[in-house]
Amino acid sequence: MTNTIIRFDSVSKIFPEGTKAVDDVSFEIFEGECATFVGPSGCGKTTTVKLVNRLVEPTQGTIYLNGEDISSIDVIALRRNIGYVIQDVGLFPHMTVAQNISLVPKLKGWSPGEQQRRTDELLTLVGLEPEGFRNRYPHQLSGGQKQRVGVARGLAADPPVILMDEPFGALDPITRAQLQDEFLRLRSRLKKTILFVTHDMDEAIKLGDRIAVMRSGRIVQFDPPIKILREPADPFVENLIGKESGLKLMKLSKISDIMEIVMNKISDKSAFKEAKRLMEGEGSDILLVVDDWEVFQGVIRFDQIIRKEEGRISELIDRDVPVVKDNGEVREALEMMLKKKAVWLPVVDDERRLKGIITMTHFACFFAEGGQV
Amino acid sequence: MNQLGLIVKLTLEHIWITLIAVTISTIIGVTIGILITRFKRAATPVIGTAGILYTIPSLALFGMLIPFTGIGIKPTLIALVLYSQLALVRNTFVGITHIDPSIREAGKGMGMSNWQFLKIVELPLALPVIMAGIRTAAVMNIGTATIAAYIGAGGLGWLIFRGIASVYTEQIIAGAIPVTLLAIGVDYLFILLEKFLTPAGLRH
Repeated sequence: MTNTIIRFDSVSKIFPEGTKAVDDVSFEIFEGECATFVGPSGCGKTTTVKLVNRLVEPTQGTIYLNGEDISSIDVIALRRNIGYVIQDVGLFPHMTVAQNISLVPKLKGWSPGEQQRRTDELLTLVGLEPEGFRNRYPHQLSGGQKQRVGVARGLAADPPVILMDEPFGALDPITRAQLQDEFLRLRSRLKKTILFVTHDMDEAIKLGDRIAVMRSGRIVQFDPPIKILREPADPFVENLIGKESGLKLMKLSKISDIMEIVMNKISDKSAFKEAKRLMEGEGSDILLVVDDWEVFQGVIRFDQIIRKEEGRISELIDRDVPVVKDNGEVREALEMMLKKKAVWLPVVDDERRLKGIITMTHFACFFAEGGQV
Repeated sequence: MNQLGLIVKLTLEHIWITLIAVTISTIIGVTIGILITRFKRAATPVIGTAGILYTIPSLALFGMLIPFTGIGIKPTLIALVLYSQLALVRNTFVGITHIDPSIREAGKGMGMSNWQFLKIVELPLALPVIMAGIRTAAVMNIGTATIAAYIGAGGLGWLIFRGIASVYTEQIIAGAIPVTLLAIGVDYLFILLEKFLTPAGLRH
């Protein structure tokens, strides 16, 4: 049973000029989840997130953090416990990378030793080598490096909640993809509740546990990526997803989700007689060969051993067999099949141990069920 | 020559007047500058007023002050401080408000109080521009203080006016050259100071 960390209760924000940026919005964010807020310019996603750290104050409604009404908490204390990462980063140019990162801990009264330790820890975490980067100034950093420092800074005081407003928006596509991947890696290590704003639906799908699609200040749909892709609430959401939502769905499934756990395998120490017996018994022309540690060695085929009586299979194992990893995307299996002209592929784990097989039939089922796992 | 002794005495007097004036001006001007960044609606009227003060010719300003303050140091310092306000208030205001908005947003979002942000971010970043304002004020004050000799403030201007009155060219030059050198020297000193005080991260 996961806790609700943030709750919006009928929240609206009307700016002095009259724009209703947030229109009677209510939702809950659970502990440890990454909720992405997507939508076109002006839909209210940034305003919604800024309501959480009170950079914007609501006109109506209440926002709760861990059950407490945030308007009753001291705003400075509130903000020091919420990480804030923005698109242009906003690093202080007159301070070193280390000074930038350790600022909130410093304000909170951490000792210099604790500050340094934490700074080095965070620099390593975001992929910047402490020795080399600690004393650099922001103008000596690339865009990607700046944002890594920005993320480190947001994490510095170890806040349970982090707000990220289009953090990768100002980066080139390659750096953006890199940082997205690192974000996912970081997420699996840190248990943080994250609110992530983006205008890029693909980014939202890739990074979010749940996606809040917004338009004109309202949340149109708030669901996990799979549900958004398979059951868009209305044409607006469909439009945001864009074409090829089926293929995008494919990105969400892993090979391990659709492969078959293999049965017809044989040890590489076996004799031909055994191989033949197994093939007859299984009604199979082909066996997958593994060693004593289950590591995939290759295949052995019926026509190779048909005339053999004595001897072991090891000399005839066909080791030139393409494989795919079980933690890879379904898309990769298709790619490999097309490239190697294979109708089936063995699936192995990171240590090349045999886990299963994937065939065209599995794909057919995958698509028949609408990409459902 | 005891002319040399006199020149030194007057130079020191001149420096002393300028130093006091610039110090008071800076304290008042930077404070007002900071205040109008917090109360932006006051910015235009305040800077406008400083601008008007700046355009009043020095002798006229002295003339207006003398009935209230007498002659000598008092009206001189008041006038110098009033003249310096434009450079200091405007430079402080511009220096602070021209900080990148994303820096401001990050600072606010991370939980810095108004005062902490001013002390840790705004003032250090605005410092180069504020220093430029102080430099302007200092050099201008050296010039205006020269004129103030006419109303009994002392300083190198005394030699210049005396020399003009007695048509004694050497006396004029004895006042004019040192005060010019002083102005150039102070300007250069401040340039060095600006370089020295610019935060390392901004030196590129």
